[in-house]
Amino acid sequence: MKILVPVKVVASLDEDFALADDGTVPPEDLDWQLNEWDSFSLEAALQCNEGEDGEIVAVTVGDEQAHQGLLSCLAKGADRAIRIWDEALAGADALAIASVLAAVVREEQPQLILCGVQSSDAVESATGVALAGLCELAHVAVVTAIEREENELTVQRELEGGTVELMRVSLPCLLTVQTGINEPRYASLRAIKQAGAKPMRIAGLGELGLDRAAVSAHAGSRTLRLKEPAKGVGAALIDGGPPEIAARIAEIVKAAMNA
Amino acid sequence: MSGILVVAEVRRGELRPVTLELIGAARALSEQGAGPVAVALIGADAERHAAAVGLAGVQDVLVVSTPQPQFEAHVTQAAVQALIERRRPALVLAGHTIDSLGFAPALAARGGLGFAGNVTGVQWSEAGLIAERGAYAEKLIAELDFPGKDTVVLLLRPGAFAQAEGAGDASVERVQLELDGAARTEHLELRDPPAGDVDITKADFLLSIGRGVEDEERVAELEALAALMGATLSASRPLVDAGWIESARQVGQSGRTVTPKVYLALGISGAVQHLAGMSKAQTIIAVNSDPEAPIFGVAQYGAVADLFEVAAELERQFA
Repeated sequence: MKILVPVKVVASLDEDFALADDGTVPPEDLDWQLNEWDSFSLEAALQCNEGEDGEIVAVTVGDEQAHQGLLSCLAKGADRAIRIWDEALAGADALAIASVLAAVVREEQPQLILCGVQSSDAVESATGVALAGLCELAHVAVVTAIEREENELTVQRELEGGTVELMRVSLPCLLTVQTGINEPRYASLRAIKQAGAKPMRIAGLGELGLDRAAVSAHAGSRTLRLKEPAKGVGAALIDGGPPEIAARIAEIVKAAMNA
Repeated sequence: MSGILVVAEVRRGELRPVTLELIGAARALSEQGAGPVAVALIGADAERHAAAVGLAGVQDVLVVSTPQPQFEAHVTQAAVQALIERRRPALVLAGHTIDSLGFAPALAARGGLGFAGNVTGVQWSEAGLIAERGAYAEKLIAELDFPGKDTVVLLLRPGAFAQAEGAGDASVERVQLELDGAARTEHLELRDPPAGDVDITKADFLLSIGRGVEDEERVAELEALAALMGATLSASRPLVDAGWIESARQVGQSGRTVTPKVYLALGISGAVQHLAGMSKAQTIIAVNSDPEAPIFGVAQYGAVADLFEVAAELERQFA
């Protein structure tokens, strides 16, 4: 079957980042990597299609920083990739991104969409289910097991406290996939070399029948500024090398256990 | 557009505690001028929780009866959407919980509503609504506003807001909604986690390890250190996902919630879902090589160091 795997290349902060005066992070203080959750959703797609004809399409909304992430999806086994970008999408929120992905879903008409539960940077867990809402697709969030029988999926939804719900959902549908559902594969060196030869479409908003105003109307929020968490709350730092640290920890543990 | 609609959360017939936090936050926003507070109880026999949510500051309790006994995301989405159309609230508050993640983003996207998830702070003023959530893996806080949105859906992080208390005199209204056919998934069963041979929720002293361990071979050393120190070994999710540690030892939202006397975290950066399971420990000590790790925000004591170097010295201290 055709499976669409929306992925995100996420930015993490360097250890010595500095916030600019306008409440943004300077680009040179960011590291870019494929979102951890998305390696599990891609692997789930690869396993769903194992032993049958099908197609896996990886898609992302992102600038050139995202290129490498899509290549790694191709190297692991995605058949083709789509990258959509427009400068107006910088800093777009989950709902705006979902509206762009919805245009891809309308074109591609996949039977299954597998997203990661969340991205490691924003931790909002919204894009996948928002996409399902826009496409009016049945959806299950936070899935830790998938079994397929023809057009029926039996999935396991992870609840709080380790409890799970077993449920059934029919294709077409969208699932958001939790870490630990599988063991994401590594790409072989040969596959990495060959990934560049697989089809990669790079498109702007216009090619998807979208424009900036339509995307921005979908945005759920606007980021006013970034700020550092309040100082003065948090840990008292233990100084010194490992011996001093261990000695102090031993003192704290003994005092707390005897309190 | 005025007023606040709180979506209560019920599972297995029990009101989940996050509901009282939502009501607490709603009451504070109401006092800032966001309008009256209504609480929606959605479920097969949700009405029996009417008194528990009709706390001081709540004007209306809206009881919506659903065809199926279990939570079903599409049914809840349809129910909340219908309540929004009827009442036109300025704000809809739900928990940043697994159930809400299943319906709220779809509801907001479909309806063109304002939206923010994992919200840790919220303020209402004449100038509008401002919400805060973590950015860049919690190392920063993003301040958000919602220009042009008449209704904003916010998912509040469990534990971030104080619970409401005090009985009230809310009126209870049964709202009849047509929800037959709204369900798009079929419930089969709930399964509880296997008990495992250890109950970390009973331990007074947990030595908890995380991604910083990096190598499965070294888990045994830390298990031995825990035994030497008189601690029980626990772990954050990545080590359980990797199969290095049994799931009964997992601390966090999807594992166990623990409140030991001492929680010693080695190599745990402190993702939100982890903090949700341990931030109420009495004494938290964290060792991590990243000075910006969010775990230092909840720990009373912290050391920026290599966990194995500290572990080797702890072995000497407790030998």
